[in-house]
Amino acid sequence: MHWRANLDPKGAKFVRGAGSRLSCVLIQPLLSYVVRRIGDRHPSVFARLGSYKQSAFLIDAVELPFALHLCPDPKALAFRAVPRDRAPHAEARIRGRFMLLLELVDSERDGDAAFFSRDLDVSGDTEAVVRLRNALDDVEGSIAEEAAGVLGAPGRAILARLRRAYKSEAKGGQQA
Amino acid sequence: MSPGELICPAGTPAALRTAVDAGADAVYCGFQNATNARNFPGLNFTPDELASAVAYAHSKAAKVLLALNTYPPAGKVDLWRSAADTGARLGVDAFIVADMGVADYIARTYPDMRLHLSVQAAASSPEAIRYYCENFGVKRVVLPRILTIPEIRAIRKEIPCEIETFIFGNHGLMVEGRCSLTNYLTGQSTNMDGVCSPASDVEFIRHGDGTMSSRLAGFSIDCFGCGEKAGYPTICKGRYTAPHRSDPYYAFEEPVSLNLARLLPELIDAGVHAFKIEGRQRSKSYVRSVVSAFRTAVDDIRAGRPANITDLVALTEGQKQTQGAFASKKWR
Repeated sequence: MHWRANLDPKGAKFVRGAGSRLSCVLIQPLLSYVVRRIGDRHPSVFARLGSYKQSAFLIDAVELPFALHLCPDPKALAFRAVPRDRAPHAEARIRGRFMLLLELVDSERDGDAAFFSRDLDVSGDTEAVVRLRNALDDVEGSIAEEAAGVLGAPGRAILARLRRAYKSEAKGGQQA
Repeated sequence: MSPGELICPAGTPAALRTAVDAGADAVYCGFQNATNARNFPGLNFTPDELASAVAYAHSKAAKVLLALNTYPPAGKVDLWRSAADTGARLGVDAFIVADMGVADYIARTYPDMRLHLSVQAAASSPEAIRYYCENFGVKRVVLPRILTIPEIRAIRKEIPCEIETFIFGNHGLMVEGRCSLTNYLTGQSTNMDGVCSPASDVEFIRHGDGTMSSRLAGFSIDCFGCGEKAGYPTICKGRYTAPHRSDPYYAFEEPVSLNLARLLPELIDAGVHAFKIEGRQRSKSYVRSVVSAFRTAVDDIRAGRPANITDLVALTEGQKQTQGAFASKKWR
C-alpha cells in the first residue's frame, strides 16, 4: 500500500501542496532561463502583444503539479511555476494538456481547432489570449525545441519521448 | 481548363511563408488597421513586414494580394488611400476591395494595378459584377457563398472578369459587407472597423459542471454542453431561445465550415478561375494543413488523376463541414 493511502484527506492535500511547491522551486531556474533566452531571440513577439505585454497569463497544463504564470513584459519578463491553489492574479487563463499547449506554442496544432474540440479552455481577457496566440504563431522554428535545447541532449531526448508518448496516446484514442 | 489558382490566407509573415511553401499560388493579407476585414489583435502586417513578404512570395513565384476590403466611414478615406499607396509602392500584385470609393481611387491613381472585388461587396448578379468591371476595371470577383454551381456557371458566361470562390473555411451565409450584428451589440463594425466579434468583447465562462458559455458584450451567445464541440463566438452562430421555440436553436446559421474539396472538378468545369481558403485569423498549422491538402487535390484534378482529398474535419468550426449553397440551396 502506498504510504499516502494512510493519510486523511487533509493530510493528503498537505502532501500534494508540499510536492507542488517543491516542484515549483526545482523548476524555476530553468523557466527563468528559458523565457529570457526566447525573449532575446524573438523580440517581435513583444511588438505583436502591444499593450498586453503588461498582462499576466496563467497557463495551466493539467498534468503538471503546478501552473505557469507568464508576465511577457520585456522590461520585467517573468515565467514562474506557481502552486495552483496559490496562483497569483492573471488577466487570462489558458488550460489544456501539456503536450497540446506545447504543440500550440510551436504551431503544430491549430488553436481554434483545439478550442472547437474543447481540448483547450480559455477564460478571462480574450483579447490578451488572441494577441499571445498570434504573437507566438509568428515565431519561426520550434520554441519547444529551443527550450529543451537549454538542457542539451537530455532535454531534447525528454521532449522527443514526450512527443512520441503523446502521439501514440492520441492515435490510440482515435482507434478506440 | 481553368488554372484553379489557390488563394491562401496569411495573418502573419510566418503564415505567409508557410502558405507559399505549402504551394499557394497567391497569398492574401492586410495591414494592422481597419482597412481589412480581419483587423484582429496581434494579427496582420506592418509595411516593413509586407515588403519582406512580397519579396519572399515573388522569389517563389507566388503573388501577394492586399485586402483593403472594408468600407471607410464617410469623409474618412485617408487611411484607405494611404494603405493603397503603401501597397502599390511595395509591389503587391493586386488589391482586394469592396468600397467603390476605394476602388475608384486605386483605378485612377494606379491604373495598371489589378483590382479584385472582395466578397464584402456582395456582388452576386451579372449586372452588379459588370458594374464594377466597367467602372473600376475589376479583373476578378470573389463570389458570395450563396450560389449553386449551375448559378456560378451561368454568371461566368455573362461577366468579363475572372471568378474566385471560397472552397474552405467560414460558411459565410450572411449578406457579406452588410451584416451589422456585431455593430448592434459592440458598437464596432465588421464592415468599417474590420472586426466581427471583437476579442475585447468576448468572454468564455467555464462552469463547474463542464459546460461553457460564450458571451459577446455581456450577452450570452451559446452554452456548450460538456464535451460538445464549440464554434466561434459570433452572433450569427449563436444558439437562442425564442417565444416560439422553447429549446435553444441556431436562429441564423450553425457552427460549421465550408469544405468544397469534392466539388473542385465541377467548380473548375464551371469556369472558376481561383479558389480561396478562408482563415487569416488561423494558425500556421491550419495554413500548412489546408493549403497542402488543396494543392494536392487541385494538382491531381489538373493532371487528370482522381483527387486525393485529405480529411480536414478536425480543423473545421464545430468539427462539422458542409458544401453549403454550392451543392444545394436546401442545405439546412
